[in-house]
Amino acid sequence: MQIDWLAIAPEIVVAVTILGVLAADLVLPRPLKYWTATLAVVGLTLAVVPLILMAASSVETRSLFEGSYVVDDFALVLKGLFLIAGYLVVLMSVSYIESDRYYQGEYYLLLLSSVLGSLVIASARDLIVLFIGVELTTGPLFMLAGWRKGDIRSNEASLKFFILGVLSTAILLWGMAMLYGVSGEVRFDQIRSALADPSPAAQPLVGLAILFVLVGFAFKVSAVPFHFWAPDTYEGAPTPVTAYLSVSSKAAGFVALFVTVYVALRDRVDIWGPGLWALAALSMTIGNLAALRQSNIVRLLAYSSIAQAGFMLVPFAAASVAGEQLAEGLAATVVYLVIYALMNLGAFAVVIQGARRTGTGDIDGWAGLGRIDPRLGVLAAVFFFSLAGIPPLAGWFAKFVMFRAAIAAGSAAATSLAVIAAINAVIALYYYARVAKVVWFDEAPAGAEPATEPPAASLALTLGIAAVATVVVGVFPAVFAVFGEATRVLLASG
Amino acid sequence: MTVTAGWYMTLAALLFGVGLVGIFLRRNALVMFMCIELMLNAVNLTFVAAGRAIGDLEGQVAVFFVLVVAAAEVVVGLAIIVAVFRQRASASVDELAELKG
Repeated sequence: MQIDWLAIAPEIVVAVTILGVLAADLVLPRPLKYWTATLAVVGLTLAVVPLILMAASSVETRSLFEGSYVVDDFALVLKGLFLIAGYLVVLMSVSYIESDRYYQGEYYLLLLSSVLGSLVIASARDLIVLFIGVELTTGPLFMLAGWRKGDIRSNEASLKFFILGVLSTAILLWGMAMLYGVSGEVRFDQIRSALADPSPAAQPLVGLAILFVLVGFAFKVSAVPFHFWAPDTYEGAPTPVTAYLSVSSKAAGFVALFVTVYVALRDRVDIWGPGLWALAALSMTIGNLAALRQSNIVRLLAYSSIAQAGFMLVPFAAASVAGEQLAEGLAATVVYLVIYALMNLGAFAVVIQGARRTGTGDIDGWAGLGRIDPRLGVLAAVFFFSLAGIPPLAGWFAKFVMFRAAIAAGSAAATSLAVIAAINAVIALYYYARVAKVVWFDEAPAGAEPATEPPAASLALTLGIAAVATVVVGVFPAVFAVFGEATRVLLASG
Repeated sequence: MTVTAGWYMTLAALLFGVGLVGIFLRRNALVMFMCIELMLNAVNLTFVAAGRAIGDLEGQVAVFFVLVVAAAEVVVGLAIIVAVFRQRASASVDELAELKG
């Protein structure tokens, strides 16, 4: 069998980096352990090189292992996203983990393993490969969520995440097993052709299988009503891990969901379309309403990320209830996903630095932060307004693409989803703007000194990259539209 | 009466149901964990029965992967339970209520 080594080069590079970190952690003396972070950063950067080579090459679709593992433009864009998000999370972890007394080497090892899992998900076109990818993504995160072993809150976060994560795996697998049972295939394109014309007796089983797969993935992306683990886990986990959970792991769950329903189950859109519609509407509404009454900044971002997951689903869900323009809907959803990842990572970097500056995660404790540390205050405003969708920041373009696709889908159900999204965008503005208001307009506590020491270099770099990306994409959205185009390939190849 | 694949699937569905109900009713983390194992094994039974009925090896291959992942998850889960137990000397999930809102 001929193997296209370039196609799996990113995964190989990350896997080698994982082994390198493991070996380095064994031999490095304690004060030099931070080199494991450097190794992780170098590895993630090197893994981007084959992605660029593949994007530049004329080969559109690389299919490996008899079609179980496909690297097309869709996979390339998402692999790029996962690598960059992993890169930013490693950068924001450096100072955070170093100041802890826990093991640095293991931390990066687990984080890189999770990145590797999401790379696999982006290419998986087979139930078994997809399952391995999903588990490789979430498995290390159970441990990372409980990273501060001596802290009961971190333990609780980890245990809740673990039990619901494994429960969702079991539900997902049960759905997959039934899909296999009715179609007799594990590869997505074969499942699709097998399900195109099922016997009437198998119809209820197909419906049940799709329902279970949908519920399993809904847990992974913490969509309402399967979201209840997320706020607790987000609050108790170390903040860089929370950033990773709310961006990469959520994005990986979405990608797995999209690939499954779009490539394998596209002809049964009548079953999963309404399901996605309900998940999108509920996630937006419940997430936003719950975010309104949060006083802790991390919990606020937790509910905000639930609501954002709802926004993200809107274009694809609208297209699938309308039953047409699925490719356009998916493209809009992927654009939203990429922009959300950048601005949300920025928001979490602000939270890390803000919590260090003020010593609290309470929003009210951040009063006057803009005067104490103006640069951090500006960045907080940039990321939170971008999440709210205010022009000229990247978030507005994401919202614009979302509404355009939802309205273009055309049916009454699609339009009503767009209306629900519009109402929710207004609600969301309130709590995002409140953070900016507290930071800039509330009086700083008496005796607060203007900050003199700069943030750690690695954290400053994270903030810088995310801020530049957020502003540039907002001002020149055209640079970004090309990513959306990439998803169309999935339609052609599926 | 011959035992067809449908019987195995029904048994698997029952096992899955027992596990699912157990997770929601039991409050001990270890028992919840056992319930999840029950569900994963119900999935395995479904895969094997379906693969056998169709005459296809892929279902049995899937079981190997599920088994390995389940074993890895046992390790992680027990480690987390031990970490909680060291703090609280209890494995009841009801006593874990530091995080809410």
